[in-house]
Parts: sequence; structure tokens; C-alpha cells
Amino acid sequence: MSNIVMSADDVRRAVTRIAHEILERQRGGSRLVLVGLQRGGAWLADAIGAAIDAIEPAARVPVGYIDVSMHRDDIGLRPVVPGAISRIDFAIDGVTVVLVDDVLYTGRTVRAALEGVNTYGRPRAVQLAVLVDRGHRELPIRPDYVGKNLPTHIDDDVRATADGVTVEGKPR
Amino acid sequence: MMKHLRSIDELGHDGLVRLLDLTHHMVEVNRRPVPKVPALRGRTVVSLFFEDSTRTRLSFETAAKRLSADTMTFSVSTSSVNKGESLRDTVETISDMGIDAFVVRHKSTGVPWQISEWTNASVVNAGDGWHQHPTQALVDCFTVREALGKERFDGLTLTIVGDIMHSRVARSNIAAFSMLGARVVLVAPPTLLPPDMSHWPVEVSYRLDDVLERTDILYMLRLQSERMSQGHVPNLREYAETYGLDSARAAKLPLHAVLMHPGPMNRGVEMLIDPSLLSNSLIHKQVANGVAVRMAVLFDLLAGESSVANLAQAST
Repeated sequence: MSNIVMSADDVRRAVTRIAHEILERQRGGSRLVLVGLQRGGAWLADAIGAAIDAIEPAARVPVGYIDVSMHRDDIGLRPVVPGAISRIDFAIDGVTVVLVDDVLYTGRTVRAALEGVNTYGRPRAVQLAVLVDRGHRELPIRPDYVGKNLPTHIDDDVRATADGVTVEGKPR
Repeated sequence: MMKHLRSIDELGHDGLVRLLDLTHHMVEVNRRPVPKVPALRGRTVVSLFFEDSTRTRLSFETAAKRLSADTMTFSVSTSSVNKGESLRDTVETISDMGIDAFVVRHKSTGVPWQISEWTNASVVNAGDGWHQHPTQALVDCFTVREALGKERFDGLTLTIVGDIMHSRVARSNIAAFSMLGARVVLVAPPTLLPPDMSHWPVEVSYRLDDVLERTDILYMLRLQSERMSQGHVPNLREYAETYGLDSARAAKLPLHAVLMHPGPMNRGVEMLIDPSLLSNSLIHKQVANGVAVRMAVLFDLLAGESSVANLAQAST
């Protein structure tokens, strides 16, 4: 059975709040870039980028995407998704990179992304924004911006899109 | 996910498309300021070349290194092969060192299949005799895909010119391009064509001038100079006049047509003009894409199995 835990409106409000929080923490959007994790984080990075544009049009925060499949520790267990190619066509040296993903779970994807970002340069700082933090971390990784903290069972299936967030529990 | 890459037929249509898709990811990795990813950390790739090679061997080794695999190079001239060690003993000895893949080039057809009987490692065919050179065909398909922006080659005509009989590049490209929907035309003197081509999806012509106007991809093969002494062509000048690409022939090609060559080029034989002067030459792109394609091949062969085994080990 599937439970709706965030509606499309809830997602939109969370995105706007995260955009405000990012700008507040950076004191404006200069020297700030967003990098969405392929694929789940790509739409969210676009949405947060659009929200930042609406709040501070002068900031002109660039949005990129990173495919972390080559950096994973469980490489080969997950297929490489065709078309989900990295695209970071701006310099990241000396800027603050906000990594964006839909669901934060074990933290392994984020670890892979941290390593992947280093192949593009040396950012001043790296922060993490997620729509849902569902717990069950296996690495010492913590998000800076969270849409919703969602306690889940380890077997639950969490899906997050712009249309909302659902949790599907396995029958137990 | 596959165990070996020995021929295009073994790879099949879906495998071919999967590797071409994966190559786009590798092209992006190669554009990064630090073009290196940890995907194959802890794997070892051995290049076992019994024939000379520049671009294939170097691009495989570069590919392995960009994926963080360890590489070993076996060079026949300084090995115990000179003391009479057999191919089988050589392969088994290297296998015992714990390696994950052999990249093999040999003058005899079928050696990659034979080697895969003697080792648990993956085997990549980097050229066996006149038979197959699958990674070159992958490079060529990817280069055309990128240049024309098309994933399928339906309606396109690939014209392969030159020594078809002795060419593993031609055999692999006939298979790969026709899998993607292209029509393949072979152009050569009868002495340089195999005696039976009835099982190949190709059209044959003895006259280059007849087919240029309907060619979309012109693929010039190298005329190996040793062929002349074997009586396959009367002399190089006659071959050049009949089958070489000169400026008059280049002008007959449609404007959108592209030019390819697997290298190394014989200037003055099959290539009578400087191809770098032609705007539609893809020859440099073929070399540049070589590394990314071979990264995709090694990743597809080696990324899976061993990490599954490692995880299984860790959980016990």
C-alpha cells in the first residue's frame, strides 16, 4: 500500500523554503552553484534553481548535473542509465556547490557525488540539499537543507517527484 | 553486462547499442579537468599483443587507467615466448597472477576464443587475423552516431573500399553498421574480395566511381604493402588510380558525406589527398573516440561481477 506524505503543493513550498535557506546561508547567490544528482536530483536542482531565480534574479545561479555511477562503491549493481550524463559546464573552483538529491538514504550516493565533484575542481565548500531524508545512514553524511524528515522502515520504497512524495511499505 | 567481447555478432544489436550509449558517459569523463574515475579500482587489465599496434594498444591502456584499473603490458619480444613458451602456458601463467581481463591481438583467427577456454578472465578481441576487430567497429559506429546525430543508420550507405579480404576492420564494420540499419557496399578488385560473400548483407562493386554519388559514409581501408608481393594487385600505382581517393573522386561525393579510415594511412596509395583538408573527414575523431569506446567496453565487462563477489564476501 502506498501513502502520500507530501502533495505537489507541499513539494513546491519545500522547494521555495530551501531556496530561501540557501540564499540566506550564502548571503545572496554569488559564487554559488547547484549540482543535481542524476537522475532523481536533476528535476529538483532545476526547481530550486528556478525558485532562486524568482527570489534573487541578479544571482544567476548556474545549475549542473552529475552522474555518479562511475564513482559508486556498489558499482555494477546498478546499471548506468543511458542519457543521464554529467553536465557541469561552469567552473567549480572556489565556489560553494550545493548538491541536490531527491531522497537521502544510506548516504552512499552522496559520497560518490562528493568524489565526483572533485574531478571537476576544488569547490570552496560543498553542501547538500534533499527533498526527503528517510534515515538509515551508513556513512557520516548529513544534509544542510531538508524538505521533510521522514522516518521509514528500511524496506520501504520512497518516491519523490514534483507531483509529491509517496511511501510504499512492503507487507510484513 | 557481458563476459567477453570477441566479435560484433556475439555482442548483438542490444549490446552494441548499450556500449554506444555508455560511450557518451565516457566522453564526458574525458572532458573533465581530472579525466579519471574510480570505477575499476582493484581490477587488472593485461594487454597481450602478438602483433604491432599503436592506437589500439595505447587507447586500451589509457582507457583502463582512466577507469583506475591496473594495467600490465605483455610484449612478445621480451617474453618467454622467445624461449618457446606456448600461448596456453603464457596465458595460464598471467592468469595465475590474478587478472580480470586480457586484451588480445594475434595474427591467427580465433585466438581470443581459444584463450577464453584457458582463463576465467574476460577476453577482449583487439584484432584476430583477418577475422574481427570489434572495438574498431564500435569506434566507427560511435563516430558516425556523433557526427550525424543519429542513433540508427537506416537509409545511410556505408561504402568500404580496399582490401576487404584481409580486413578484420571490414568484417566487424559490415556486421555493426548493418545491425544499425545501414546499407553496406564493398568496393575492391576481385583479388581483394573473399571468394564467398553470400552470407554477408552487402552489395559489391568493382568500380569506386559508380558508387561515390550514393555514398554517405566513405570508409577507406589501408592497402597493406605486403599484398603487392603476393600478387593481389599488379602495382600500387594502378591500385591508386582505380581505388585511391583523389580530389576528383572526393568532389563526386554528396556534400554531407563523411570520410573514415582506420589508420595507419598509406598516403599516395589509398589516400591521394590530404584528408585533413576535407571538411567532412572523421579520421581524427575516430582516434579521439577510441579511448572513450574502450572505456565503455572495459566498464561493461568488469564493473559488475567482481564487485558482486566482493559484496557477497563482505556479507559472510
